[in-house]
Amino acid sequence: MFASCADPKTLEGLNWLMCYLTTGKHLDFYWSFVIVLILLAVTAPVALAFGFGGAMAARSSFLPLRMLGKGYTAMVRGVPDIVFFLFFVIALDQGIEWLNHQIQCPDWTEPVRQGLEFRVCPEAKVPLNSAPQLVHQFYGFGLAVVTFALVFGAFAANVLYGAMMAVPRPQLETAEAYGMSPRQVFRRILVPQMWVYALPGLSNLWMILIKATPLLFLLGVQDIVYWARELGGAKTSAYEYPHPDWRLWYFLFLLAFYLGFTRVSEVVLARISARLSHGQATAAGEAMRKAAL
Amino acid sequence: MTCWETIGAYAFRSLGYGERLLPRSDFTLCQQFTLIGSGLIWNVYFGVLALLFGFFFANALALAKASRSAIARKPAEWFIFVFRGSPLFIQFFLAYEALQLLPKAGIEIFGLTVQTAWTTKAWAGALFVLFLNTAAYSAEIFYGALQSVPKGDLEAADAYGITGWNRFRRIQWPTMLRLAWPAYTNEAIFLFHSTALVFFSGFPAFQQRGDALYYANYFADKTFNPFIPYPIVAVYFIILTLILTGLFGLINRRLNRHLPSNMGRKIRLRPQLIR
Repeated sequence: MFASCADPKTLEGLNWLMCYLTTGKHLDFYWSFVIVLILLAVTAPVALAFGFGGAMAARSSFLPLRMLGKGYTAMVRGVPDIVFFLFFVIALDQGIEWLNHQIQCPDWTEPVRQGLEFRVCPEAKVPLNSAPQLVHQFYGFGLAVVTFALVFGAFAANVLYGAMMAVPRPQLETAEAYGMSPRQVFRRILVPQMWVYALPGLSNLWMILIKATPLLFLLGVQDIVYWARELGGAKTSAYEYPHPDWRLWYFLFLLAFYLGFTRVSEVVLARISARLSHGQATAAGEAMRKAAL
Repeated sequence: MTCWETIGAYAFRSLGYGERLLPRSDFTLCQQFTLIGSGLIWNVYFGVLALLFGFFFANALALAKASRSAIARKPAEWFIFVFRGSPLFIQFFLAYEALQLLPKAGIEIFGLTVQTAWTTKAWAGALFVLFLNTAAYSAEIFYGALQSVPKGDLEAADAYGITGWNRFRRIQWPTMLRLAWPAYTNEAIFLFHSTALVFFSGFPAFQQRGDALYYANYFADKTFNPFIPYPIVAVYFIILTLILTGLFGLINRRLNRHLPSNMGRKIRLRPQLIR
């Protein structure tokens, strides 16, 4: 990156370290932290939307929809989330290709599953074999985001369903007595009030989501764990920057990153919680009122 | 091969008994059920032992965190923070790399050579990480419960002249356990779930002896068909979860047996404790 780094063999001490930490691969490593943050920023709202839909479906008066919602919320209870991660990535990929196959090549006669292979016609490949590497990477990342959103949506549905149930009944009954339709009650009374009940669960979920991001590695995305293993491994003198096995230090760095991230989140979430409790008819709100007197 | 022969050949494959080679073609449902079930032995092994050892350590940690002396409190707080604030996945990698740095030949202590090679094996290294991890999570639960022991109970103990260790053993600790039990049940369930991570992190599966998810992943990779092995793992884990909830429910009943029946705290599964 810097001009002085042109010949690493001649460098010593701090100069060597500075040049070592700014190699192209290290810049990829730093970029992968941004990828984790992007994943979080995209997944959190999508998962919340999925969760909201799931909770609404679980409360629906229409039986099949209710079953669907309850099934979705129950999904994550008995089964480890990593099973879903491994499952959804392949299942979604194959599902998309199969659908595309049905549309693009209706007169393809061979079966899609031949023994041990999953073979669709070349035009139905997603992304196409001829597509640039970047498209493949984007597609892989997109699949990971959808997988994360599906699994964490189920967790969020659990939390939001509980929060909707926790809103005091009399509040809703009063609204009904004023002649509001069920839809109005939901939109004007239930949803604004449920957030304070949902917040402890949602903040917990955010922490879990942060701590689930290293699993990206298992989904085949070149994330921080991938680069930490790649860069930390012992390098012989055939490499520009030879060094012994430094993986321990790289993983310690990741540990510090996550500890800092969860700590900052904790502080921010505590502030939000305090703000939301303000003026609410809950224990926390009552304590704030007393403290202000 | 009939299904009975398959079960005979692969039922204890994960422990290294039976057929050496894993099936390579013509995968049958029976093979998948048997091998994945065989891998479940490891999940149960990790879960049960980590939970058992972790329980005692968690009690000590919770007490240390509630202690008034900073010398006891600070280390406990830091320990809990580090293990609850970072992903288990990273902890596995870190532990594996750290254990690998131990000298291969063993460490000499007072003329005795302590072997170190076994620590990098999953059965010891991963169990150790899971033990520390569950101890930290459980300690936080126990600490919270310790803080919510009703004031009246302690005052009543004082009034009867029960003090010190006696007060802790007969009043504080049983109440703490009773209050913490529903949350602890959740922790136990999610500990069992996180055992599925072991063979996907740093720890290698020696001679393809892996856990349930390891074999499921093997089948999914070989057949390109995720729709059979993963649901099988799911079914196994649901059964495991149900057994666990049942057992913990029994203990919960016993802990609450002195209360009027309608006051017993029901265990509700709240998925808030995974890592």
